[in-house]
Amino acid sequence: MSEQYPALIVITPLLAALLVSAAGWLRPRLCFPLALAGLGAAAAAATGLLVQVLATGPVTYRLGGWEPPWGIAYYVDNLNAVVAALVAWVALFNLVASYRAVMTDYPEKIGPYYTLYVLAVTGMLGMVVTGDAFNLYVLLEITSLTGYALIGLGGGRAPLASLNYLFLGTIGASFYLLGVGYLYIVTGSLNMADLAKLLTPLYGSLALLAAFAITLVGLWMKMAFFPLHAWLPNAYGFAPAPTASLLAPLMTKVMVYVMIRIMISVFTVEFVLQEVLVGQLVVWLAVAAMVAGALFALGQRDLKRMLAYIVVAEVGYMVGGAWLGNRLGMTGAVLHLINDAVMTFCVFLAAGCIYQKTRGTSFEDLRGLFKKMPWTMAALAAGAMAIIGVPPTGGFFSKWYLIRGGLEAGHWGFVGALLFSSLINVVLFFRVFEIAFFEPSGGDDSHGGHGGHEEHGGAVALAEAPLSMLLPLMAAALGLIALGLATGPLVQKLILPIIPAGLG
Amino acid sequence: MEEYIPLLLTKYNYWVYITLMMIGLWAMIAKNNLVKKIVGMNIFQTAIILFYVSIGAKYGGTIPIIQHGPGHGHGAAQIKALAYINPLPHVLMLTAIVVSVATLGVALALVIKIHRRHRTLEEDEILEQLRES
Repeated sequence: MSEQYPALIVITPLLAALLVSAAGWLRPRLCFPLALAGLGAAAAAATGLLVQVLATGPVTYRLGGWEPPWGIAYYVDNLNAVVAALVAWVALFNLVASYRAVMTDYPEKIGPYYTLYVLAVTGMLGMVVTGDAFNLYVLLEITSLTGYALIGLGGGRAPLASLNYLFLGTIGASFYLLGVGYLYIVTGSLNMADLAKLLTPLYGSLALLAAFAITLVGLWMKMAFFPLHAWLPNAYGFAPAPTASLLAPLMTKVMVYVMIRIMISVFTVEFVLQEVLVGQLVVWLAVAAMVAGALFALGQRDLKRMLAYIVVAEVGYMVGGAWLGNRLGMTGAVLHLINDAVMTFCVFLAAGCIYQKTRGTSFEDLRGLFKKMPWTMAALAAGAMAIIGVPPTGGFFSKWYLIRGGLEAGHWGFVGALLFSSLINVVLFFRVFEIAFFEPSGGDDSHGGHGGHEEHGGAVALAEAPLSMLLPLMAAALGLIALGLATGPLVQKLILPIIPAGLG
Repeated sequence: MEEYIPLLLTKYNYWVYITLMMIGLWAMIAKNNLVKKIVGMNIFQTAIILFYVSIGAKYGGTIPIIQHGPGHGHGAAQIKALAYINPLPHVLMLTAIVVSVATLGVALALVIKIHRRHRTLEEDEILEQLRES
């Protein structure tokens, strides 16, 4: 059983998606339990795989028994084992939380919604465990296509936002495919481990540089790295709440993982960082991403859109960390990938809980929420602390590593932008909390005036989100603190072994 | 200048794919109608499919079905790889074609949803409506 974990991670949700789609026609009530079982099994297999990889080292899984360069191999080491476990668990928690939201918003579309949901997670898990460059493209498109549909299900401007995402996402995926094509021309192989071997004698070839650059641009487009971020804020801002809290934490993070995988496993860090100027340029782009993401977020009057711009800034943290060219930066990037998935999940899920109750996430809808939804707001506060980087949460430690990496590389711009964007995050979240804490709950502004509202607040009845949403939210908030406390072992056991020796 | 002419002539498959790709990209950026943008996207994807198909082709190569398989008499043991085109990029593109058809389907479904809401497919008119609301 345990040697089949890499396949089970992908097969169980895939089968579950087929069953959910059939159940959608026959017994819509079965859709949710089937999806839950499929993702639960995937999460269990991913956890088992993580334990196994930590105990015995990297695992290579030959699909159908074909030897790697010919068949498709799944290759799992510490890096993707932890990302797979993260994706599976976040998707599972979000699935539980999505139950009530989908019941309220799309009661007639339960079957299609959960089919797409489970397929999207299948694609993400597959992308994480696969060791084959073309297989990765196919799984990337499975996730993206289901993602477009999940976003397009929303009302209002969601279909237009989704179509724009589709255009840019398709260009990104096509660029990735083109880059893989160049690699295939020069090596005749698609297996990542095999590619790494065949590419070493070819370093210095222009075709290889072109392949690397094209692949990177494609991936940046998919992860919304700053100049290519235009699709993200609308797509995640207008998406239905349960979709946003699935895609926003996971999709960008999985793409950052793929970038790191290409940088360290297909190519080598020596190749990636041979041109110091190129590395510097990418870090400067990351600086632009952090500053621009923070500034655009300041201009928003809607919680979800503000969070979407924070995601743009967070992508800058990770890409910049990975390109700093030292161990601390890479460690910070991987650690931040883990923390950021959980904190983005936490804040988007809190926004989903707020939407469930107030039917809106604009700043006007947030008034008086601390009294009405104390638990949700407490979790949002925990997520905000992590995004700002306050010590007991994981966000502090990953930023600590990133800043130390920036200092070691002597890249003051990166350090400055990181601190600047953290400070802006403080402003952003305290503005939200000010509205939610001090302003009287919405609607009756005839009641207004400055004198009365403190007393008025006491009478507001508790209107918390349903328990099926609150419990996953609490788990995410506690997870943030747990990740922070577990930083030491996380870095020592999990991350340091996979940092390539070539990094100074 | 003259040394580029053979480059142009012998590697014309690359020029064709780049040209097609740019036509597609231009349509996606410059066209106002959403369906035309989708057509541009399809041209873009087809360009990459053509690129892959062309790198598998060979002068004088035939379809990759082995004529005299091993174990059938005397001269059968030798398989001349040079005589066959490379089937792998073609097989990859079968998958890519499926992906591009699926993308087209999702895009058209989204366009129907947009049309139901805005009663138009011209991007500037849609943006106008959004600005007014």
